[in-house]
Amino acid sequence: MSRAILYDSTLCIDCKACEGGCAERWGLPYNDKIAAEERISAHKLTAVVTHGDRYIRRLCMHCAEPTCVSVCPVGALQKTSPGPVVYDAEKCMGCRYCLQACPFQVPTYEWNQRLPKMRKCDMCYERQGQGKQTACAEVCPTGATKNGERDQLLAEARQRIAEKPGQYYPKIYGVREVGGTSVLFLSAVPFDQLGLRTNLPQEALPDLTWRVLELTPDVVSSGSVLLGGIWWITNRRDEVARKEGGRK
Amino acid sequence: MKLKLPKITVWRAIFAVILLSGLYATYLRIRYGLGGVTNLSDQFPWGLWIGFDVLCGVGLAAGGFTLVAIVHIFNIERYKPILRPAILTAFLGYSLVVVALLYDLGRPDRIWHPLIMWNPHSVMFEVAWCVTLYTTVLFLEFIPVVFERFGWHKPLGWIHNISVPLMIAGVLLSTLHQSSLGSLYLIVPEKLYPLWYSPILPLSFYISAIAVGLAMTIFESWHSSRAFGRALELPLLASLARVLAVLMSTYLWIRFLDLAHQQAFGVLLRNRTETWLFALEIALMAVPTVLLYQRKVRMSPDALYACAVMVVFGFITNRLNVAVTGMEAGSGAHYIPKWTEVAVTLTIVGAGFAIFRVIAEYFPIFEAVRPLGPPEHAPKKMEETEADSIAVG
Repeated sequence: MSRAILYDSTLCIDCKACEGGCAERWGLPYNDKIAAEERISAHKLTAVVTHGDRYIRRLCMHCAEPTCVSVCPVGALQKTSPGPVVYDAEKCMGCRYCLQACPFQVPTYEWNQRLPKMRKCDMCYERQGQGKQTACAEVCPTGATKNGERDQLLAEARQRIAEKPGQYYPKIYGVREVGGTSVLFLSAVPFDQLGLRTNLPQEALPDLTWRVLELTPDVVSSGSVLLGGIWWITNRRDEVARKEGGRK
Repeated sequence: MKLKLPKITVWRAIFAVILLSGLYATYLRIRYGLGGVTNLSDQFPWGLWIGFDVLCGVGLAAGGFTLVAIVHIFNIERYKPILRPAILTAFLGYSLVVVALLYDLGRPDRIWHPLIMWNPHSVMFEVAWCVTLYTTVLFLEFIPVVFERFGWHKPLGWIHNISVPLMIAGVLLSTLHQSSLGSLYLIVPEKLYPLWYSPILPLSFYISAIAVGLAMTIFESWHSSRAFGRALELPLLASLARVLAVLMSTYLWIRFLDLAHQQAFGVLLRNRTETWLFALEIALMAVPTVLLYQRKVRMSPDALYACAVMVVFGFITNRLNVAVTGMEAGSGAHYIPKWTEVAVTLTIVGAGFAIFRVIAEYFPIFEAVRPLGPPEHAPKKMEETEADSIAVG
């Protein structure tokens, strides 16, 4: 079974309790100034962003087939079987390909550290392992953020849309985007009005590079035979010349 | 070793200024981290150091594998005189790319991590391995020059024994990572501007790298002939220029077809920075391509040089367009490098020129052994016809 987070934008009141809970869980400072920052960063791993009179939470989407996991040259990022995408700072060499490649622009970097790390939400991997809720879901006073099994949360989201069709935009963000994510969004308006990317393909992005990378053994083996063969043929002339001319 | 102080010339003064600013930028990089010396951000994590130092650096060094393939695998011996400078350029180029990476990586002390912590699904992992292996190959392809200089015949023999597999490995590794630098961007279809995003990025990166490698060979032959007062191998370069013209035509045609298949021509009608920089890139590549089809242009050292320079700048514009211009709108960020980023880049380029010059002066780079064929140096400029008329071995 796979864990997930369901965030219902229509229930969110912008109290920012999730931000505070997240900061506490990571041991990051949290004050009015940081609360006013409407974007995720290396010191703020989730943020409630205002769009007019509506709100949207930004956090790692924990893709089913994460782009960051596929691009990381040292395997510092891993998709765990319960769902969360976790990061091993000891492996990371700081190439920042994960920042570059993430379709949701989630990973952030400690730009001003001398020994920097990448930072992002890990869906409270350890807490969930201990049977606890994610910090953000635990402190949410309205139930806008819920933590549970993805299948159940997905069913619940569909039920909410079915029960109050007038109140919801009839789609769930995260069901199909880049092959599906473990974080699901519900909203009253189309998702692009909340600043979410809606031009994402439905296929998982890692397929785009794997399609080319998987040709590597073919290129190496066929290339060796071809180049070796060309060398053998073109040098034949010299060999003949050497034989005919005796030792040179 | 000469103890005489070097003469102060304009170029040396400029180089000194660049070097000093680069050293200061290096201090700032170590002291304040990436945030202190770059304009990079979470939205725009790759800037000039990746776009120019790495993407352009690796591409501009492609002459090494191209000429090795021409001379040693296809056995077209007449190109031998320009092989060593190309290998030296490549070896220096790759070494400097590694230096640039030490600036750009957040944790340069862990640059070796991909060698033991594998992720074969990552394009960056493949590039890391290929660049490491190929820099080693280039070192081994270059080192005979040093052995020759000091008359060490035994190690020369060892290298000679493994030279064929070594050269084949070099060409294959180059093929893999030159194309993979394009594959790096396959994973950002939602961010890279449609004029540059394409499923054939690996192919177009590969072909343009081969082309610019040839252009760089012409470029450095022209410069070294001036710097060292030696004759220009004009007939050779002219026939290389023919190959360049055909490669560039192929490249431009593939790009055109690709835009057609992606139905991206409509995008060209938008009056945006992307459109104009795309036009600049294409113009810088199309103009020399057309010119190089004229025999007069190929046989004039200066016109040939101008065409090579245009191809080089067209190539650089293309890589910067992919890495910077094309990524801005999709990332929702605007990026202009900080002075420190520029200073480091210029220092690396300057160091490349300076080291090349020193090595070329003290080692047998421009007097490659020619067992068969025409004499070592023709007096002054050779007024011969194009190399096609010169009999091959």
